[in-house]
Amino acid sequence: MSKPTFVYVTYIAAPPEKVWQALTKADLSEQYWFGYRVEASGKPGDRMTAFNPAGVKAHDDPIIESDPPRRLVYGWKPLYKDLPDERMSRVTFELELFKDQTRLTVTHDDFDDGSIMFRMISKGWPAVLSSLKSFLETGKGLAPSWDDEAQKRAAAGA
Amino acid sequence: MDAVFKALADASRRELLDRLRAENGQTLGELCERLAKTGIGMSRQAVSKHLAILEEANLVATVKRGREKLHYLNPVPIHEIAERWIGKFERGRLQALVDMKKALEQSDE
Repeated sequence: MSKPTFVYVTYIAAPPEKVWQALTKADLSEQYWFGYRVEASGKPGDRMTAFNPAGVKAHDDPIIESDPPRRLVYGWKPLYKDLPDERMSRVTFELELFKDQTRLTVTHDDFDDGSIMFRMISKGWPAVLSSLKSFLETGKGLAPSWDDEAQKRAAAGA
Repeated sequence: MDAVFKALADASRRELLDRLRAENGQTLGELCERLAKTGIGMSRQAVSKHLAILEEANLVATVKRGREKLHYLNPVPIHEIAERWIGKFERGRLQALVDMKKALEQSDE
């Protein structure tokens, strides 16, 4: 097993079932994932799809593992036209009950050396996870805070 | 949030976060070795104690790999603090200031 590249942890005052729903249902992701509709409720072998706020498909990746509401693993290879052809990386979500909260760990690994996606990710996940926490605890997600590049990309329709 | 500020209010712990930022996923042994190499004297015990405080504040996340424990910088709590006090519209201007400061100081990053 290779060493994970990024490990993010956040504690959310909501049960794992609710966090799982938010991570896998497009109607919920849209409210905190900066307008992205991310659907990942299928079984292993099904697809994880994501549409950006302009309705353009941004992801069509395989679901590798799905054990609701504990563990979800999918591939990660955005369909952005201007990104060089990088190998698919991998995202793992682990949900554990911790006291009366959910401890959510997101691991992102399996990048190519010198990956551009690698650099984008390091800004993206903290923003998505902070917004997810806010959404589940207060009912409201946060405004996008990732880099201008990604916002322009989203506005231009990928 | 108190735990985050307390954890950050110590130069040694900020140094450890800097080290993880430079190279994520280090073991206790690797951290100690690299600190010693650059002339920073911190006992293994002290590093271990500081890491425990950082982990308690969720600024460091750990992953077990075999018998090793790998330490990762977890920026999510710091992001949450930034979100609390920095508005959406200030962000661009602040980034411009940070970029300018960096350029002027020619930080070695």
